[in-house]
Amino acid sequence: MIDLPPEAVQALALSLRVSLTATVLTAPLALALAHLLARGRFRGRDLLAAAIHLPLVLPPVVTGYALLLLFAPSAPLGAALQAMGLPLAFRWTGAALAAGVMALPLMVRPMRLSIEAVDPGLEEAAATLGRSPWAVWRGVTLPLMAPGLLAGVTLGFAKAFGEFGATITFAASIPGETRTLPAAIYAFLQVPGGEASVRGLVAVAVAVSLAAVVLSDVVARRMATRLRDPA
Amino acid sequence: MTLDIAVRLIRGGFELDVDLSLGAGVTALFGPSGAGKTSVARVVAGLDRPARARVALDGRDLSVLPPHRRGIGYVFQEPRLMPHLDVRRNLLFGAPSDDLADIPARLDLLHLLDRKPIHLSGGEAARVSLGRALLRRPRLLICDEPLAALDHRLRDRILPHFEGLRAGGVPVLYITHAMEEVARLADTLVLMRGGRVVRAGPVAALLSDPALAAVIGPRAAGAVLDGRVLSAMGGIARIETGAGVLSLPVDGAVPGGVVRVRIPATDVMLATVRPAGLSAMNVLPVEVAAIHPGEGPGAMLRLRAGKAHLLSRITQASLNRLGLVEGMPAWAIVKATAIARADIGG
Repeated sequence: MIDLPPEAVQALALSLRVSLTATVLTAPLALALAHLLARGRFRGRDLLAAAIHLPLVLPPVVTGYALLLLFAPSAPLGAALQAMGLPLAFRWTGAALAAGVMALPLMVRPMRLSIEAVDPGLEEAAATLGRSPWAVWRGVTLPLMAPGLLAGVTLGFAKAFGEFGATITFAASIPGETRTLPAAIYAFLQVPGGEASVRGLVAVAVAVSLAAVVLSDVVARRMATRLRDPA
Repeated sequence: MTLDIAVRLIRGGFELDVDLSLGAGVTALFGPSGAGKTSVARVVAGLDRPARARVALDGRDLSVLPPHRRGIGYVFQEPRLMPHLDVRRNLLFGAPSDDLADIPARLDLLHLLDRKPIHLSGGEAARVSLGRALLRRPRLLICDEPLAALDHRLRDRILPHFEGLRAGGVPVLYITHAMEEVARLADTLVLMRGGRVVRAGPVAALLSDPALAAVIGPRAAGAVLDGRVLSAMGGIARIETGAGVLSLPVDGAVPGGVVRVRIPATDVMLATVRPAGLSAMNVLPVEVAAIHPGEGPGAMLRLRAGKAHLLSRITQASLNRLGLVEGMPAWAIVKATAIARADIGG
């Protein structure tokens, strides 16, 4: 086991909290948006898709600045949230928001593609077999899109875990509050003699990301076998 | 059971205008592709819900209900099985309980229950699809060309399972463009063309109407007779029909069994005197009831034979040479191959 300085352990714990919170809160939203984009027929659908994908193509620092404009305590939305007991700027919650916004397009895309791949004919058949729309979704759509759902969540988590630019712009890099793993690596690089800590943190970052990808691969393979094999 | 359907819809140049009232038994919606058959079925099932559509089952208005509350089973042209579920769970997908009853045995599925749909052949998948719809205990079953995607040999093997529906008591709306299926399965026939109903009525009456031969095609035209097997020997059964006793080859006929005989118009020849020394086994005394000269070289004749009617298609030249006129007695020579196989549901 690598011996990590307390700041590094703190950064890892914070990063996990931030990225897991971002993933858990963003995934349902991403799922809903993916459905809307895959199946919805409404004006402005392309515009919505573009807006969701914006953080993917914008420089992260621009996204962070946009978040600052919207959610800073001086902005109406930020002030309202603060009054409701949810301060965002320079808090770990803000880091989670930034990570979530950056992860959203990466979650929506595979989910949308997997929903589009589900044959609507199967959903029709399920309806004629007496299943309500909710039961059709639970019994047909969800299991068939599950690999895409999983891919989206994994990608989103990895993105949230590694998010740097938007987070540091919106939430800064306050040790113990918003200094996530990438921010900590950056910070250690700035101080003389920080290399040892950097190497340890990089190893941890690689391990966590790799574990997420391997885990999702294993689950995805199990799902695929479920479709193919008898019993 | 009565099913009332009134649909009016215009969609991209296609106009559907149907007003129908159907009774129990198997009703065939027959017509060429693009006639609007599937559109009608989808409206009945609630899969399409145009503004101007009324669907009522036994007087109860279904139009306001979403498809899952209509109690209507639907067998699609493609099996549409759930790929993530095995055959057993596909069969039970719409069932009110976990009881498979006699469905796997009846549809020859017992050995497939643990398989995933991807490992099923086309015929097996079609049977699972039918079983699934039956286990749902529908008040009405819609079959939308369930055999169209199968090859001829397979169709012959699966058709008997659908014939079983006639005995099952569930009213069936059966969509097809194959006259063979109509003749074997249906009690009532609805002829559709260009989004409209051309004619509707009992199968036997409509198929022996020479005026309709032009609509359903001279090859598809022909009488349908329900008969009872008197005796069976050496693969040849003697069958009592409304037109008289016919000797025909029937697979697995049992004395007393009910069979349906289809005699295509092209398989009925005519003679003015009783022919002798023929290889054909069935020669029936008939009376020419109506003559419909066609547009081509052929003519369609409606013949009264006993209590039933036959159709015969002969050439205009033969018609003139024999000097046949309406009301004249004649002899009909029926080729012995013209038969649908035994009705296993009977």
